[in-house]
Amino acid sequence: MADTVLFEFLHTEMVAELWAPDPDRGPRAQKIGLSILESMGFRVGQALGERLPQETLGFREELDVLKFLCKDLWVAVFHKQMDSLHTDHQGTYVLQDNSFPLLVPIASGLQYMEEAPKFLAFTCGLLCGALSTLGFQSLVTASVTALPACKFQVVIQKPRGPVPSLKEAL
Amino acid sequence: MSRPVPRRPQHHKINKDLFVLTYGALVAQLCKDHEKDEDVNKYLDKMGYSIGTRLVEDFLARTCVTRCHSYSEITDIIAQASSHRNQPQVLLILWKSQQVAFKMYLGVTPSVTCNNASRNEFSLILDKNPLSEFVEELPTGRSSLCYCNLLCGIIRGALEMVHLTADVTFLQDRLKGDTVTEIGIIFLKQPNEKKYRRRK
Repeated sequence: MADTVLFEFLHTEMVAELWAPDPDRGPRAQKIGLSILESMGFRVGQALGERLPQETLGFREELDVLKFLCKDLWVAVFHKQMDSLHTDHQGTYVLQDNSFPLLVPIASGLQYMEEAPKFLAFTCGLLCGALSTLGFQSLVTASVTALPACKFQVVIQKPRGPVPSLKEAL
Repeated sequence: MSRPVPRRPQHHKINKDLFVLTYGALVAQLCKDHEKDEDVNKYLDKMGYSIGTRLVEDFLARTCVTRCHSYSEITDIIAQASSHRNQPQVLLILWKSQQVAFKMYLGVTPSVTCNNASRNEFSLILDKNPLSEFVEELPTGRSSLCYCNLLCGIIRGALEMVHLTADVTFLQDRLKGDTVTEIGIIFLKQPNEKKYRRRK
């Protein structure tokens, strides 16, 4: 779908522009770049979460929410479902995508592994932001074993009270 | 799932919003990083240019399959057009392509007008600009910000990939109080222009 292509191209440009604007500044600058991408993803995730159908905002079970993210949100954003979801039933979830669309154009296999994290930062933030709107505070990290497969680890911190609107959060 | 979840219409809406929201977050971040509006405009244009150079390939791939018998047919047309830039043929191709592209990627169809007799200045007029759908007004102190400058870069990059050099700017902007959003395209003559020779 044409909209997806636009988002993918924009995402690539954002990573190129924001990840490490000054390559001489080293790992610290790269970390700042990653957190900038993550915070942008968080804002977008929160806003997307507010646009979800009203019924979904009534989820109270953690597992239902994660299943929703794996199926409906992933399909809406990336046109495919998450390939697997594992949990320890104690607040930690591992979402696996064997062919993550933002990694597919980069490489297949073990090449460019060190470049992969910057292409996942925005999406980590997106998941975190969507969970926030659905009432769950979380920590989301991503890991790659071989492109384009990746795993998102979601650790639910604790359920929050009434969700503030985006305006109040800003 | 413990309860059935509604499907298609919401997916399309979320997908449509994703690009617009991401773009908004990007502009906000650039405004944080750069104090001057000109710098933000410049970065948006530069990013748009990179996107445009790749988007045109995607556009040609999508439109060629349905419209042309072969890829070489459309590239021949465009190559001929770029060597005869004052001919009506150019207008028709560009007019149709711009309209199709905007509809395909942004869901809106602009109207295209020609601004001068020498037929190298055009305008794309958008009644509704989807990129600024969630923007009510420009932030205070940012009156020279061209919020949708990415679009100018995209058009410029796409045109360069088909060997047409152009100056693309916003002539009117709804976010600055105008009634419509107008993007002006001025085609520039290439230095040392050689007539294209068609390979038989």
